[in-house]
Amino acid sequence: MLLIRCPYCEEERPELEFRNAGEAHIARSPNIAGESDDDFEKFFFIRSNPKGIIYERWRHMHGCARFFNAVRDTVSDRFLMTYKAGEPKPTKLPGAAK
Amino acid sequence: MKKYSVFAIAREAMRGHKGWEEQWSSPEPKKEYDVIIVGAGGHGLATAYYLATVHGITNVAVLEKGWLGGGNTGRNTTIIRSNYLYDESAGIYDHALKLWDGLSQELNYNVMYSPRGVMMLAHNVHDIQVLKRHVHANRLNGIDNEWLTPEAAKEFCPPLNISRDARYPVMGATLQRRGGTARHDAVAWGYARGASARGVHIIQNCEVTGVKRAPNGAVTGVETTRGFIGARKVGVVAAGHSSVIMNMAGVRMPLESYPLQALVSEPVKPVFPCVVMSNTVHAYISQSDKGELVIGAGTDQYVSYSQTGGLHILQHTLDAICEMFPMFTRMKMLRSWGGIVDVTPDRSPILAKTPVPGLYVNCGWGTGGFKATPGSGHVFAHTIARDDPHPINAPFTIERFRTGRLIDEAAAAAVAH
Repeated sequence: MLLIRCPYCEEERPELEFRNAGEAHIARSPNIAGESDDDFEKFFFIRSNPKGIIYERWRHMHGCARFFNAVRDTVSDRFLMTYKAGEPKPTKLPGAAK
Repeated sequence: MKKYSVFAIAREAMRGHKGWEEQWSSPEPKKEYDVIIVGAGGHGLATAYYLATVHGITNVAVLEKGWLGGGNTGRNTTIIRSNYLYDESAGIYDHALKLWDGLSQELNYNVMYSPRGVMMLAHNVHDIQVLKRHVHANRLNGIDNEWLTPEAAKEFCPPLNISRDARYPVMGATLQRRGGTARHDAVAWGYARGASARGVHIIQNCEVTGVKRAPNGAVTGVETTRGFIGARKVGVVAAGHSSVIMNMAGVRMPLESYPLQALVSEPVKPVFPCVVMSNTVHAYISQSDKGELVIGAGTDQYVSYSQTGGLHILQHTLDAICEMFPMFTRMKMLRSWGGIVDVTPDRSPILAKTPVPGLYVNCGWGTGGFKATPGSGHVFAHTIARDDPHPINAPFTIERFRTGRLIDEAAAAAVAH
């Protein structure tokens, strides 16, 4: 089971308290009805599914219930960092290979 | 290829078993092939086999980064069934089921297909409605499936606990009698032996690191850890790593890869006559011919390539197994493992041409690809050989996520897949 640090509660809690909410930093168009089929497909279905560093959303379902973002290595499942929703995608990652 | 038979066994017994030949050869890769298949799992090997036998294309290489059948083919719970809701799914899964019947004879290799019946349990009113809908839809598609009362379910599977105060009460079940299990390794080995005998090169420990394309976009071959290998047609059958390979060709996929776990118990005498699945509590169980209980759990909730999953997932499944089959509460589990499954948004596979000329993809089988192995290989070989999909896999395009013509088995099953 993963140990996940909630950036709002500021502590590591067991995975059971959390719900994964998919890839992070996918912006929903403000005019979703006006999206082309291509753009809608990219927004709704296409995922990067990386083998390596993933930026993903989690929700502290059975804690503060808030969404936040995390950076994780999908090969080792090790978390590099978590950060609050709305914060920009981090460019420097602690402990990550260059 | 020397045929296996009772006479071959007798002959070899007489001369100390010195005359058995290797089941498949391990040649050095050539500079170029007509077709390259990326991934020597069941689906990839079946594709190569049918390219050779049905379409006469034998200048084929199957490239495998690890060992043959060492991914999800060797990690699944070997369940075979075709009781899917939609016509498109019924078409492809029942095509596979028909090929399972007689596969041992065709391959001259005992794949131990055992149509012992697959029972799916209903634990609440919603389950009853969903499963009965499946029974009716299956029958309209000519697929056997029947509704059982709890008492009939217990008669078919005596270990089942149907007491009314069970934590997961059994309110009924469906039964597909043609469903069952097969020996997963033998499927990979049998297809490999058949393909190799017809000239297909099976190249293990050869990881694809890039997909080369000509200026006009068409595929010209693949970069591997053993050098460049040319081919004008490349079929990607890489399960959990399909999106990684497709990215090398510049195609982004509607896929996410999750760990899916399974475990087996110590071997015991035959106690469990069929396959039982419960989608609601997410547990599957059957007994292998070796005597082990083979138990399948659910996926973890996050993208991962780690081939391990959380222990709480297994615990949840075993809680359910012990509730439904109290006689197993004192069984000891021997080992557990995880495989990486590639899941599409609608939980149906993609078997199709791609936007890249000469590149084909067979992926997205998610948590249940083993059952489809023969059918998938058969129609994918057709797709590659003719550069045109077989009518059975024509609906399973990548473009369906743009057009909206989904084959939404995810919603149809009404459970977390």
